[in-house]
Amino acid sequence: MNPEGIRITGLMKRYGKGETAVDALKGVDMQVAPGEVVGLIGPSGSGKSTLLKCLGAVIEPTAGKMTLGEEVIYDDGWKIKDLRALRRDRIGFVFQAPYLIPFLDVTDNIALLPMLAGRPNNEARQRALELLKALDVAHRARAMPSHLSGGEQQRVAIARALINRPPVILADEPTAPLDSERALAVMRILNQMARQYETAVIVVTHDEKIVPTFRRIYHIRDGRTHEEAGEGRSFE
Amino acid sequence: MISLAGRDILHAWGKFVFTGVGLGLLIGVTLTMAGVYRGMVDDAKALLDNSGADLWVVQKDTLGPYAESSSVYDDAYRGILGMPGVERAANVTYLTMQVRREDTDVRAMVVGVVPGGPEPGQPGYLVAGRRITRGHYEAVADIATGFKLGEKIQIRRNVFTVVGLTKRMVSSSGDPMVFIPLKDAQEAQFLKDNDAIIQQRRRSAVNPAFNSPGSPGLLEALNASQSANPYVNAVLVQIKPGYSPDDVAEPIRRWKRLQVYTRAQMEKILVGKLIATSARQIGMFLVILAVVSAAIVAFIMYTLTIGKVREIAVLKLIGTRNRTIAFMILQQAVGLGVIGFVVGKISATFWAPIFPKYVLLEPGDAARGFAAVVVICVLASVLAIRAALKVDPAEAIGG
Repeated sequence: MNPEGIRITGLMKRYGKGETAVDALKGVDMQVAPGEVVGLIGPSGSGKSTLLKCLGAVIEPTAGKMTLGEEVIYDDGWKIKDLRALRRDRIGFVFQAPYLIPFLDVTDNIALLPMLAGRPNNEARQRALELLKALDVAHRARAMPSHLSGGEQQRVAIARALINRPPVILADEPTAPLDSERALAVMRILNQMARQYETAVIVVTHDEKIVPTFRRIYHIRDGRTHEEAGEGRSFE
Repeated sequence: MISLAGRDILHAWGKFVFTGVGLGLLIGVTLTMAGVYRGMVDDAKALLDNSGADLWVVQKDTLGPYAESSSVYDDAYRGILGMPGVERAANVTYLTMQVRREDTDVRAMVVGVVPGGPEPGQPGYLVAGRRITRGHYEAVADIATGFKLGEKIQIRRNVFTVVGLTKRMVSSSGDPMVFIPLKDAQEAQFLKDNDAIIQQRRRSAVNPAFNSPGSPGLLEALNASQSANPYVNAVLVQIKPGYSPDDVAEPIRRWKRLQVYTRAQMEKILVGKLIATSARQIGMFLVILAVVSAAIVAFIMYTLTIGKVREIAVLKLIGTRNRTIAFMILQQAVGLGVIGFVVGKISATFWAPIFPKYVLLEPGDAARGFAAVVVICVLASVLAIRAALKVDPAEAIGG
């Protein structure tokens, strides 16, 4: 397996202290290669969201090791000072709802990330337009998010996650609000983009419609993961 | 980098504009309150300017003639005219009262001046008609009274004909002036009505001290003196070129046993004492309005921010700096303030002339008001910024 992508070893997260402490993650191991889309499935309270927040550098794990590409970002403590820049430049997020910024048009919603990183506006917008073309929503480039359909909004959200070419995308129930056809369309896009941009994609989902599309699935239960092969059903 | 605040305002412009208009009306009221105070100060200065006097000679130990009542014998001016440095001196009376015209009445300051007399105290300039030339029953009125040339007005029991109209001749409280001949003004101020005179004569007649057989002419002399009006409220003095007001005032104080105020002293009395309470009252209003404005801006900004918690969480999650988010809220608060100030300034400019008293909107006050609005908006945004900075980026991730 390509050494880049994301590798997690023995990741633990404990909330609280003493007798009231709760171990949400009890030693998670996980590896996702560039261009690969894996599913992360588990019942409510199994630790999915906690794992996603740890991977997204939103909360700090208690112990373990996380490697992003060839760089160790966590090893019993953060190894990177600027977590905000890490989230901006090296991790893409796709949420259950698209959560597009309602007062920015489609292009600027996507271009905002490179702009925040200090890229010139024109260059950022140009990259956003290229992604919109790749995702087949270029015709909605000047539209406001409220004027888009659910599927279009989710494609724009995917474009936003991809704009800085991050090595990993974390997708939190990205197909939950969509019907079967649109859900599969989103998964097809995620797979296509993962391959095209060499990005590792972790999809947290409950959605039975899309589970058969994964080649590998991580099941999480009681804070631990175990890996199994998925159906890897074709989108054709 | 694009302006997040600007985009948000453009996106929800209706909300911002309507909120800004509401805030603007409040700011307009605040600017108008400041204008009311300025108008009072300007009225006081106009009163002094229009009198044309360099010195005000009034009753000893009083702050007359505007801030306190004052009575000076009407022949005192002759002695004052002989004092060194005095160019002109003129008797004057001031009485604020209701002046009747047909079925209505108008609050005005009735000023008694010597017809055709020396300059101090006379109406400054006329916009229509002529000055008072007859000794009785003619009047010159400020146009703010609404009187017309040739109109008949009633002051006490006498009817006067308006022969001239003047402009911006007002008392320190903003009441328009009506100039009438001095003798008529003295009657209006000091003369009792007929019933009161009869009663007073009857009382004097039964008083053995005034009506004793040994003093046959005393009662008639007493009655005659009680019917006379030898008082004025002040003597206005113009000084000769080359003399300083203080140098001319001092001998009058010493030798005439009267109080003399220079222009600077009189301005201090009017602004510092006569309108001081009103100024404090307006100051209190300004403070309350500023606090209310700040509370409104704070509430609006807080509500707008709380309504965007999810967006702020997403912005933070994707790497937006806290200072960028704080600056966005700050810009919006200041933007709201700017909209409010523009609306407020326009509103105040339009409604100021409708006010019954003079409202003076000074550019300096507008500049200070704008600075205050910006400061208030910055302070008011603190609450919203604190709320935004507390938003956890993890809120964007479900579960």
